[in-house]
Amino acid sequence: MSVDKLKQTVLGLIAVSLFLVSGAVLAEFPLNLTEGVTPTSHKVYELHMTILYIVTVIGIAVFSVMAWSIFHHRKSKGAVAAQFHHSTTAEIIWTIIPILILVGMAIPATKTLVFMEKTSDAEMTLKVTGYQWKWKYDYLDEGISFFSALAEEDNSARQRDSGIDPATIDNYLKNVDNPIVLPVDTKIRILTTAADVIHSWWVPALGWKRDAIPGFINDNWTYIEEPGVYRGKCTELCGKDHGFMPIVVHAVSKEEYAVWVEEQKAIQLAAADGANREWSKDELLEKGKSIYSANCASCHQANGNGVEGLFPALNGSAIVNGPAKDMINLILNGKNLMPAFKEQLNDTDIAAVITHERNSWDNTAKDIVQPADVKAAR
Amino acid sequence: MSEAVIHDDHNDHHDHKPTGIGRWLFSTNHKDIGTMYLVFALIMFFIGGAMAMVIRAELFQPGLQFVDPQFFNSMTTVHALVMIFGAVMPAGVGLANWMIPMMIGAPDMAMPRMNNMSFWILPFAFTLLLSTFFMQGGAPAGGWTMYPPLVLQLGDGFPFLIFAVHFLGISSIMGAINIIATVFNMRAPGMTFMRLPLFVWTWIITAFLLIAAMPVLAGAVTMLLTDKFFGTAFFDAAGGGDPVLFQHVFWFFGHPEVYILVLPSFGIISQIIPTFARKPLFGYASMVYATASIAFLSFFVWAHHMFTVGMPLAGELFFMYATMAIAVPTGVKVFNWTATMWKGSMTFETPMLFSIGVLFMFTLGGFSGLMMGITPVDFQYHDTYFIVAHFHYVLVPGIVFGIVGGVYYWLPKWTGHMYDETLGKWHFWTSTISVNILFFPMHFIGLAGMPRRIPDYSTQFTDWNMIISIGGFAFGLSQLILVWVVIKCIRGGEKATDEVWEGAHGLEFTLSSPPPFHSFTTPPEVTDATAHS
Repeated sequence: MSVDKLKQTVLGLIAVSLFLVSGAVLAEFPLNLTEGVTPTSHKVYELHMTILYIVTVIGIAVFSVMAWSIFHHRKSKGAVAAQFHHSTTAEIIWTIIPILILVGMAIPATKTLVFMEKTSDAEMTLKVTGYQWKWKYDYLDEGISFFSALAEEDNSARQRDSGIDPATIDNYLKNVDNPIVLPVDTKIRILTTAADVIHSWWVPALGWKRDAIPGFINDNWTYIEEPGVYRGKCTELCGKDHGFMPIVVHAVSKEEYAVWVEEQKAIQLAAADGANREWSKDELLEKGKSIYSANCASCHQANGNGVEGLFPALNGSAIVNGPAKDMINLILNGKNLMPAFKEQLNDTDIAAVITHERNSWDNTAKDIVQPADVKAAR
Repeated sequence: MSEAVIHDDHNDHHDHKPTGIGRWLFSTNHKDIGTMYLVFALIMFFIGGAMAMVIRAELFQPGLQFVDPQFFNSMTTVHALVMIFGAVMPAGVGLANWMIPMMIGAPDMAMPRMNNMSFWILPFAFTLLLSTFFMQGGAPAGGWTMYPPLVLQLGDGFPFLIFAVHFLGISSIMGAINIIATVFNMRAPGMTFMRLPLFVWTWIITAFLLIAAMPVLAGAVTMLLTDKFFGTAFFDAAGGGDPVLFQHVFWFFGHPEVYILVLPSFGIISQIIPTFARKPLFGYASMVYATASIAFLSFFVWAHHMFTVGMPLAGELFFMYATMAIAVPTGVKVFNWTATMWKGSMTFETPMLFSIGVLFMFTLGGFSGLMMGITPVDFQYHDTYFIVAHFHYVLVPGIVFGIVGGVYYWLPKWTGHMYDETLGKWHFWTSTISVNILFFPMHFIGLAGMPRRIPDYSTQFTDWNMIISIGGFAFGLSQLILVWVVIKCIRGGEKATDEVWEGAHGLEFTLSSPPPFHSFTTPPEVTDATAHS
């Protein structure tokens, strides 16, 4: 019996340790800063490692002395306390040595900082504007401009009790609907600002982050050396969906970038045209539904019932069922917590989303709003 | 002489202290008020801790399982406010109240009625703050740093947040004035400044920091209030203001605040280490000067909290160098504590264990602090879990451990009973192991790119977050041992001697355990031999 029990225990232990080992192999334990893909990020990484090594060495030295003392100078080992309580020499030494080490750190740090702050001689400029909770990108030289928000799939999965396992989504919470495309081997000036509250634009592979502050513009620069997809996040608390406004940069060759620019210009022209024609109800409803889930659902909820005490319900709302003109004005200009959408959405988008809301749920105003109506109200 | 005679006349009234609830409500006694501060801090520690448990439960795995993002943000915001202003600061003031009069040979604090008021403001301030959970718009969710314009989006709770901060500031300033008045005027004959115990020194310096810094915070939040309700535009660019101005003003308070929190803990371990090393504190004078230098420098480094707002190069360089300079006096303190242990005759009772914990883990937090002081690399670390790891290392094993060590050190003096040493050691070891499981991996996920203040994260961070959460729950549970030890010790136990510890020095250990209601009714005479443990 006892031998069997022993066998069982041993087998059990082996099974458990195998499970743990396989778990450790499968598990992901990221440890360190990225080296990145820009001259800045390489310098920052090097500096980070240098300082990390220095403090590790100091730490080992200081902790060893403490540990030695703890093990050897204990009463249980018969240690008798010395009574010294002062040594000017020792104090001078342990003031001077740290100062020298700090000066040694400050020199490379200063060099790197001076390098990072040189924003002149950029070949192109990208303006980044933070909104609650998405980014707007303006390619100032090309006249291209678009919003970039969390991708639909991630957005569904991140809803509370969505029932979708985040592990099934690649790069969960780091996918967007419209990624930025940037050319490699180009000095790019990146301006950051914001429309509502402070955000912070961070792509770790570029080697820096910079706050986006409403009413002010910060200038930065980057020079991407390798084509690839680089992902980042907003890093300044900006309200409810701060965790859900990622950044995706597609770095491509200069030739591919030129092709992309032409495509974007064509798309923007087509969109501007759309505002000048009559839209059918079905067209508006289809477009309105997607605009609603990208811009409105995070507060007013997919079912239009809002969140009590925080975000009013649209389902059965007096405004949604009232005159269309008031609703257009509210969406254009915002109210209290609700942001002004006149910069964020074009006439067609606003007309579509209003039509969608007035025809959804239990709402009774089953009419349609045309882009021209919105244009007139601006 | 005549004063001593009058005191003698009153001696027989010593035990005629007020009874029932009145003893606490109307108390002007430094020990009773100290006790109330400590109990209040402990309650707040558990309230703030419960919020941390909600945070760690939500972050246990990716996806949103328990709370909505807005409520999550309220949890991080109010957790910080409760822990800083409700737990750590009142605990520090509680220890100061209990110990300073006994350490300098005084009967009580200089201004007993103000002492009562500065405590009783606290429960009202926190009622204001915590009541916001039941209001339209919810509790503050814009971070404890209250940056505009985000904080201005808060609903009905906004004025409650501002007035709670005002009250907390008033309470702290009154406490600080009282401590300064007591130490400057009520020292026993012979207790010169350079004979003061280090705990008293660190508290004088803390008190001056409080008086200098708290009004700045009050000014900053008042500007928020007028921006929201009275049409000013201090922080609104559209009206000619600047949102970054708030950050400058806030951190001009906020950095000295860091030292307001940590200096008392430095003071406590400077009392404990010599006792259990049975050896005088190494470099007393340099400890005093180092503490004063740290406090002075703390007013010139505020912008290292906000390197990413976009400052001129010269500004970034100035704040980087100033920040690095703080490492020098801080290093001196660590070396002095180490030299105090060196060639001592050490024993490892619970207070000593917690002090050694501070020594190791505060130093670790100091290293990550130095790393973040380097501006160009801070652009990567800023607002990630790396900073969360840093300030929790400084605040929990650096400060909370110091305070807890102080509680174990003086508990026998306060109650007259020895606490349960076995339980105390359990408390230390479970706390130390779990606190490292909780905070150490945060360095890794921060470096790997996980921002702070997010309710949900990318799946690459899943495994570390699970480990961190397990550490968090274990740390939370471990603190129940402290409650158990304290209650057990109050109710009974082995009788404590006056000296309590074999190697203890200082005036507080010349009094009986527990000490008389009015500590020193006859001032003791202090000589060079009796000072400097």
